[in-house]
Amino acid sequence: MSNESKVKIALSVNGEPAEVAFAPHKTLLEVLREDLGLTGTKHGCELGECGTCTVLLDGTAVLSCLVLGVACEGRAVRTVEGMAQNGQLHPLQETFADLGAAQCGYCTPAFLLVAEALLAANPHPTRDEIKHALAGNLCRCTGYIKIYEAVELAAARMRGEVAQPTRESLYGR
Amino acid sequence: MLRLPTFRYLQPRSLREALAMKADAGPDGMFVAGGTDLYPNMKRRHQEPRVVISLMGIEELRRLDGWNVGTCVTLSALSSLPTFQRSQSAVAGAAQLVSTPLLRNMGTLGGNLCLDTRCNYYNQSYEWRKSIDFCMKKDGAICWVAPSSPRCWAVSSSDVAPVMVAIGAEYRLVGPQGERLVPAGRFYHNDGINYLTKQPDEILVDVRLPAPNGWDAVYHKLRRRGSFDFPVLGVAAWIQWNGKKVGEARIVLGGVASYPQEVAAAGAALEGAPLSDEAIAAAADAAYQPSKPMDNTDFDLSWRKQMTRVYVKRALEELRARH
Repeated sequence: MSNESKVKIALSVNGEPAEVAFAPHKTLLEVLREDLGLTGTKHGCELGECGTCTVLLDGTAVLSCLVLGVACEGRAVRTVEGMAQNGQLHPLQETFADLGAAQCGYCTPAFLLVAEALLAANPHPTRDEIKHALAGNLCRCTGYIKIYEAVELAAARMRGEVAQPTRESLYGR
Repeated sequence: MLRLPTFRYLQPRSLREALAMKADAGPDGMFVAGGTDLYPNMKRRHQEPRVVISLMGIEELRRLDGWNVGTCVTLSALSSLPTFQRSQSAVAGAAQLVSTPLLRNMGTLGGNLCLDTRCNYYNQSYEWRKSIDFCMKKDGAICWVAPSSPRCWAVSSSDVAPVMVAIGAEYRLVGPQGERLVPAGRFYHNDGINYLTKQPDEILVDVRLPAPNGWDAVYHKLRRRGSFDFPVLGVAAWIQWNGKKVGEARIVLGGVASYPQEVAAAGAALEGAPLSDEAIAAAADAAYQPSKPMDNTDFDLSWRKQMTRVYVKRALEELRARH
């Protein structure tokens, strides 16, 4: 495709200013993966039915497969690549790894971002509030329980509490 | 991979500009709000506009002014407004039952009210539809649900629309000919293809909800999962109380026809008397009779029909319990 048929936008990606040119009918998912080289955001159903492609757009969790790239001019996008800071994993990434909340890992970037948005709005979520917040993300491996536990543990640590996973979470009954 | 077809994307800042852009584009132009209905459909080649005109940059459409709700207000915003949770709880509640939290962050009130009708033979990829030689809703000639039928039976799958019809909301449309107010009940046709009375060049600007004034309404939704799924049955029930008696009542069914179907006999069965078990049973039976789901969504259709009675009863019992 020639440069003439591309559009160019400026936006913020993981806190850094970015300029990117792409075919105007591309979705944000395609722009992130194919034009910005950020493949942490995953392709799922591409129809808004699985949640796998979730990113944060100005802090709100959205389905990047249904957002047009051209609609993101001047906006702030956050992907899973932006979560670790200075080589230090985000508390959610740590607890997801420690508790086995990621198995095949395909849905994990989306779960991490939705959980991050939840904890930014509500540092003390109940199990029910976590379930509701994550109700748009499918995981076919974990059965969700470990994901809920990982979010609860990260929430406690982000509140400054000294929290350890329960023995049952790590080793089962 | 499912890619969007190519198109031109326009971002007007005012209604006037949007209407002019649509006039320029003609039948090749379509309006889009949140995109959660149109873009999946475009990926499957159900709709193939050459020009897509986004309504999201138009301030007037995002306005919340008392009981007038702009149609580009997201479903998340609508469902989490404290005043709406209290006074228009059926509207907020129905918005909260749409799909998933992620989709509700993008999808809008107007998009849900104008949601394309759905069918197992239609909501499929282009290749899938081609393998059955398509259907009359797009690219084909036959209705696979009712092959001898001259019409399309795709299903009205909005959660919020039945509530709007039940509570007697009005929709404000602006088009090249000016402005008009349409009662929600007259906004929909019982036809899977021509399911809206809105013209393609008209914009649904806002919805005027009736002020809380002695009425109450609820919405109950049947679906397989507690998230994601479209309704296979929705029941909106509205009652104007007159003391302990029912002054007026409306029962509207979603997911069983190509439009939100009001069952006048069910409402009439309740009027002028207290909401007794007998009255509720009579209304539920009256709603059950004309509820005729087709075999083109999830679940067995005879069970879906039976559930009409159960869901109308539950909705009315909830209204009685909180009066």
